[in-house]
Amino acid sequence: MRGSQWAGGARAARLTGLVALLAATLAVAAGCGGSGKKSGGGSSTGNTSVSGSVKFWGIWSATEQTAIRKVIAGFNKQYPNVKVAYTSKGDNIPTILATAITGGSPPDVADVAQPGLVKQLVQQGHLKPITYAKSTIDANFTPAWTNLGTINGKIYALLFKASNKSTLWYSVPVFKQAGVSAPKTWSQLLSNARTIKASGTPAYSLCGASGWTLTDIFENIYLRMWGSAKYDDLSAHKIKWTDPSVTKALQYMAKIIGDTSNIVGGTSGALQTDYPTCVDKAFSDPPKAAMVLQGDFVGLEILQATKAKPNTGFNVVPFPAITPGANANAVETGGDLIVTFKDNPAVEAFVKYLATPQAAEIWARLGGFGTGNKNVSPSVYPDAITRTTEAPLLGAKSVVFDMSDQQPASFGATTGQGEWGIFQKFLQSPSSISSIQQQLESSAAKAYAAGK
Amino acid sequence: MSGANITAEPPAKGAPPPPQAERGRYLAGIVFLLPALVLLAVWLFYPTVYTVIRSFFGHSGYLGAWVGIDNYRTLFTTSTLVTAIKNSAIWVGVVPAFVTALGLIFAVLTERVRWVVAFKTAVFLPMAISAFATGVTWRIMYQQDPSQGAINALSRSVADAFSPAGVLPSALPSTTALQTKAGGLVLKTPLHPGGVALLGLTGIAPQAMPPGAKQAVKPAGKPGAIEGAVWRDFKPGGGKPGVVEQGEQGIPGVTVDLKNAAGKVVQTTKTDAAGDFEFTSVPAGVYSAGIGAKTFAKPFGGYSWLGPKLITPSLIIAYIWIWAGFAMVVIAAGLSAMPREVLEAARTDGATEWQVFRRVTVPLLAPVLSVVFITMIINVLKVFDIVIALAPDSVQANANVIALAMWRTAFSGQNNFGGGSAIAVFLFVLVIPVLALNIRRFRREI
Repeated sequence: MRGSQWAGGARAARLTGLVALLAATLAVAAGCGGSGKKSGGGSSTGNTSVSGSVKFWGIWSATEQTAIRKVIAGFNKQYPNVKVAYTSKGDNIPTILATAITGGSPPDVADVAQPGLVKQLVQQGHLKPITYAKSTIDANFTPAWTNLGTINGKIYALLFKASNKSTLWYSVPVFKQAGVSAPKTWSQLLSNARTIKASGTPAYSLCGASGWTLTDIFENIYLRMWGSAKYDDLSAHKIKWTDPSVTKALQYMAKIIGDTSNIVGGTSGALQTDYPTCVDKAFSDPPKAAMVLQGDFVGLEILQATKAKPNTGFNVVPFPAITPGANANAVETGGDLIVTFKDNPAVEAFVKYLATPQAAEIWARLGGFGTGNKNVSPSVYPDAITRTTEAPLLGAKSVVFDMSDQQPASFGATTGQGEWGIFQKFLQSPSSISSIQQQLESSAAKAYAAGK
Repeated sequence: MSGANITAEPPAKGAPPPPQAERGRYLAGIVFLLPALVLLAVWLFYPTVYTVIRSFFGHSGYLGAWVGIDNYRTLFTTSTLVTAIKNSAIWVGVVPAFVTALGLIFAVLTERVRWVVAFKTAVFLPMAISAFATGVTWRIMYQQDPSQGAINALSRSVADAFSPAGVLPSALPSTTALQTKAGGLVLKTPLHPGGVALLGLTGIAPQAMPPGAKQAVKPAGKPGAIEGAVWRDFKPGGGKPGVVEQGEQGIPGVTVDLKNAAGKVVQTTKTDAAGDFEFTSVPAGVYSAGIGAKTFAKPFGGYSWLGPKLITPSLIIAYIWIWAGFAMVVIAAGLSAMPREVLEAARTDGATEWQVFRRVTVPLLAPVLSVVFITMIINVLKVFDIVIALAPDSVQANANVIALAMWRTAFSGQNNFGGGSAIAVFLFVLVIPVLALNIRRFRREI
């Protein structure tokens, strides 16, 4: 079946040769639809031949659910006989998937936000490789992105919806009042913070009650300082948490979280401020702080919860550079990975479609969407803020996953425990770096041992 | 709650019916019992047995690998789980006693106060709100920032009466020439008559400046006097610290002290709109100028109700608030069923009200009180919703209780079904003695 589909594509490309010259990928997709209609459901040509239904479970709800439905509608223009039934399972999808697998009825396709879970599912043998989509993925993504979905040499996942976690959001009025400009480097960040403090507004709004926001800051510092290779080693626990590289990154982080009088609400206030309350604090009127060091998702929260307007009220820059060169442009990403539990022509067609720029552009136009697809033009993003946050992803050469998402959940993703809990202790006492490192190492060692 | 007492005994005795009729009745009994039995089997027996078995197996999957009693060992060696057990012990020690006592007081009060219905409604109302909503509400009331949390707002109005906030609570010295001393700021360089004292401050937001501030002016110095300025030593970009520049405003109304060499305050004055001040006719000698601690007194910052130290007491208060109404209603019912003659007899015999309460009311109410007490023990052992709703993520490890620990281990990212099952079994074992006590009491009553 897979072969016949490609044959159909090739024939279509020959039929619409001129279009193919203009844009190869577009031609394959568009031509497919056309030939399908002409052949009218012929046995081995065109895409009406691919039929079936795809049970698709995802995290996306509300506006995101509307967006994915539009993407599915785009897919159905090319494959009218494939019915994709999308169900939103919310953030609890890891638990729901675990239960569904135990019960023997997993979906055909799922979207999962935790690379660690994908790895676990591969090791347990539940996932099917998506090798059939490799050529489409390679045509649209840099190797760094393809690698994110590759486990043990085989590609299992497509990072369809990516976020940029390496951003810094700032309040424009506070920066203006203090007379500082957006920081490009770490030393500019620190000197800006000093000036902002002297101007009478605390520089940082931290969301210490949500442990993951603290690990995100650490991960950005570590990535900016040591680069993606070392970052991946630490993620995989090939480097111990007691390593000097971690010490140095924590020392840098302590310059922010240890600047107690420069944090809105001080240490104890920060520990009780969750995400997104910290965002509301920095962008309320009058602003109570100057900066939030979190990913692209902050933008949506500002627009929904505050009256601040882009450019006059808030703005965004990439996370400040620490060491010059390639590390300065590295991107920490998170996002939704498409994985498959079944392997049939309908599923294959759908996964391949999701890897095309057409699929990504449908959602990108609606906003709240990032992708690493290098063939997506930044102009499709609806506004300047989104372009600033998402453009660094397009074709990025140095990309890493959120570290805590890759680790065993008991270490990397459990409220108040493991990494999240220990970084909250770090916020409480920023001077006790070596004790924090030991706690991280012993907690990590335990979690990795249990995972085996 | 405790009312899950199902008795399914055929009631009648008497002359034995003929064998065939008996078989028919027997069959009918089974048919009637069947739906209940099926439901019990599916929703109670199977999950219980499965949980017990599952607790001896590893992480994930329908069963996972056999690990023996490892899950139970981790239960007592992992610090967060030990905290959970300790906290549950505190809950059991405090809550049932408090709820019962409060319920008793309220119930007795309902017989004394006017507006009984209003009073009862007010006390019972929390029972009508879900524990989750209660948790969210109390979380807002417990906020540390007094402008957000009702409880700290109340504390602030008390605290402000005793130590009001200063005019410049956030101000910081702009240069190291100003030193912090006993909460205030003192200029390091000694002053002589004719000298000028520059007290530059930063860390003051423009909107926090006292009204009427004008461009700061550096005084020229006057023989026989000590002049100076207190100003906001900041302009966009930072400016030069310690230098009065164009665009920097004086701070009016700041109290400045002049101290002599012995450290005694000899003169006090206030700054004008340009931040300038002047101590006139100063005799020769060495002086120092500074601003007192009162100016910088921080406003009341609020108690950290949701911090790691106070979180369990905070949770317990909210929980008692919910359940006191339940206790009141049950005990009030017991009270109204009490024989009045006994009370009256005691009063006629000359007992005081306290004696009547202590020697007659309480002993007669003992069965009702024990129902409330035991119900509360069971409720408290399985407390979950209010903890997850009220405690912020950063203190959930400090606020942990057994039921929450079970959920967090089994789900919530860890997906350690084996560990979660072990905690569930442990919780079950803890509840058994209390349940047994309850069942025995029910038997006695029947």
